[in-house]
Amino acid sequence: MRNILTICQKEIKSYFVSPIAYALMAIYAIVSGFFTYVAVGYFLDRSIGATAGRGGPMDVNEWVIRPVIMNVGVISLFLIPMITMRLFAEEKRSGTIELLITSPIRDYEIVVGKWLGALAMYACILALTVVNLGVLFLFGSPDWRPVATGFLGMLLQGGCLLSIGAFLSNTTKNQIMAGAMTFGVSLLMWTFDWFTGFKSDAWAKVLAYLSLTAHFEPFSKGVIDSKDVIFYVSVIVLGLFLTTRSLESLRWRA
Amino acid sequence: MIKVEGISKRYPGHTAVDNISFEVEKGQIVGFLGPNGAGKTTTMRILTCFMPPSSGTANVAGFDVLEKPLEVKRRIGYLPETPPLYPEMEVAEYLTFVGKLKGLSGDQLKKRVAEVSEKCNVADVSHKLVSKLSKGYKQRVGLAQAIIHNPDVLILDEPTSGLDPKQIHETRDLIKGLAGEHTIILSTHILPEVEQICERVVIISRGKLVATDTMESLKNRMHGSHVIGLTVETQSESGPVQEKLERVAGVSRVILKEIHDGSFSFEVESLQGRRVQADLARAVVEAGWNLTELRPVSLSLEEVFLQLTATEASA
Repeated sequence: MRNILTICQKEIKSYFVSPIAYALMAIYAIVSGFFTYVAVGYFLDRSIGATAGRGGPMDVNEWVIRPVIMNVGVISLFLIPMITMRLFAEEKRSGTIELLITSPIRDYEIVVGKWLGALAMYACILALTVVNLGVLFLFGSPDWRPVATGFLGMLLQGGCLLSIGAFLSNTTKNQIMAGAMTFGVSLLMWTFDWFTGFKSDAWAKVLAYLSLTAHFEPFSKGVIDSKDVIFYVSVIVLGLFLTTRSLESLRWRA
Repeated sequence: MIKVEGISKRYPGHTAVDNISFEVEKGQIVGFLGPNGAGKTTTMRILTCFMPPSSGTANVAGFDVLEKPLEVKRRIGYLPETPPLYPEMEVAEYLTFVGKLKGLSGDQLKKRVAEVSEKCNVADVSHKLVSKLSKGYKQRVGLAQAIIHNPDVLILDEPTSGLDPKQIHETRDLIKGLAGEHTIILSTHILPEVEQICERVVIISRGKLVATDTMESLKNRMHGSHVIGLTVETQSESGPVQEKLERVAGVSRVILKEIHDGSFSFEVESLQGRRVQADLARAVVEAGWNLTELRPVSLSLEEVFLQLTATEASA
C-alpha cells in the first residue's frame, strides 16, 4: 500500500510540475465552460417560450445539467489519452522503468499507483465542472443528486478509460502511439451501442453491453444501478490486470 | 555473495548470453569486461531481476533471482547504463523517492538521503532540478540512488561512460571508496579502469565467458609469447642493427620503436618458449655496440584482452 502511494504521489507531482496538468485543465475549463454556456442559453431561450404558454414545464436538471454531464463525458474521450499516454511510454523511453522494476516492489503496485495518479489528475480536471454547475445552484435550486451521481459516473467511466490507456501506454515506447491507440479504443467503446440501431443479434448485444455511453446514461439521470457499477469496476480491474501482465512480459521480451 | 551458474539468455535468432558461470566473494570489486554487445548488460539485468535467464540460475546474497526476486532486489543497488533519473524532480526529492521505493522511511530515509548526497558529492545541488545537472553530476546522482538503501551488492553498468577525464577520475575514486562495504560488479570496455579499480576480472565476448581470474594471474597467464625491450647505443645506422638482431636464433620479429641520439630502441618478439635474451645480448656486444637496456615487456591488460577475445572469435 505504501509503495502504491509512493508511486501515485510521484505521478501526481510529475503532472503538476510539467505544463500537462495546467494545459489540460485550461482546455477543459474553456470547452466545458462553452458547453455549459450553450446549454444555459438554450434553457433560457426555451423558458421564455414556456412562460408564453408553449411547451411543457422546464427543469434545470433535465435541460442543463444532464446535457452538460453527457458532454463532459465526450471531452474526457479527448483528454484521457493525453493523461495516460506518458504513463509507461515515457518511463520506457527514458529508462527509468529499469529503476521501478529493479526496486523491491511488486508489479501491480507500480500499475495501481500510476493508475491512481492518473485518476487523481482526471479528478482535478473534473473538479472544474463544479464551478460551471455551481453557478446554477447560485441562481436556482436544481436537484443536487443527479449532479453527484453524474460525477461518480464520470469518475468510473474515466477510471475505465484510464486503465485501458495505461495498458496501451505499456505496449509501446512511443507516447503518440499510446495516445492514438487509447483515443481509438475510447471512441469505439463510446459508440458501440450504435449497432443496436439496426441490428439485434447476439454480437450487437455484446457490443452494446460494452458501450460506455449505455452504462453512463443512468448516472446522468441520478440513478446508480449496480449493474453499471459492476461493469465499470470490472473493466477497470481487467485493464489494470492486463497492464500488470504486460509489465511482467516486458521482462521476458526485453 | 554472487553465484552465477550456467545462465543463458536466448532470443529468437541469437544468444545474448551463453552458459556463463562465475562467483564473486563478499567485499570484492569485480570488473565485467567485454566489447560492446558482448552480453554484459544482459548478464547484469539478469542479476538485478530485470529479466529472467532462459536457463541456469543466479544467486545473489543467498537468494535465487527467480524464486525470491523481491529479496534479491532489496539487497541490490543498480546503476543502469543511462542513470534512471526523472528530469522534473529535484535531486533531494529524487533520492527521497528512490529511498521510499527501496523501503526506507521517516528519519532513516532523511538520514540516508543526506549521507549519500554527501558521499557522492551531490549535496550542493540537492535543490537543483535533475534536468539542469551536468553529465558528471547526473552520474553521481545515479550512483547515490544505487547506494541509498545500503545494499550488499552494487551493480554498475558502465559507470564512467560519456564522462570527461576529470569526472571519470572522480567517479572511479568514488567507486573505490565504496568497496569493502559493498560487493561491486562494474562493467566497462575501458581497460585501464579495470586495472585501476578491480581486484578480479570476468571477461566475456559474444555472450561467452572467456576468462575469470585475478588481475595478476590473468596477466601471468598471457605470458606465453615473449616480448623483449632492447636499447642499443651505436655509431652505425639502425638498419644493420635491426638485421643483426633478426638473425639471432629464435627471434620472430624486430620492431624499431624509437631513435634517440645514437641509440635505438627495439621490441623483439621471440618464438613461443624460446629464451633469447642471452643470445641477443651476445650479438650486440660482439658487434661492438653498447647494450644499455634489456627488459621483458609485460603485456598490458589491453593486449591480454585483445588476445583473449580475438582467440575466442577465431575459435
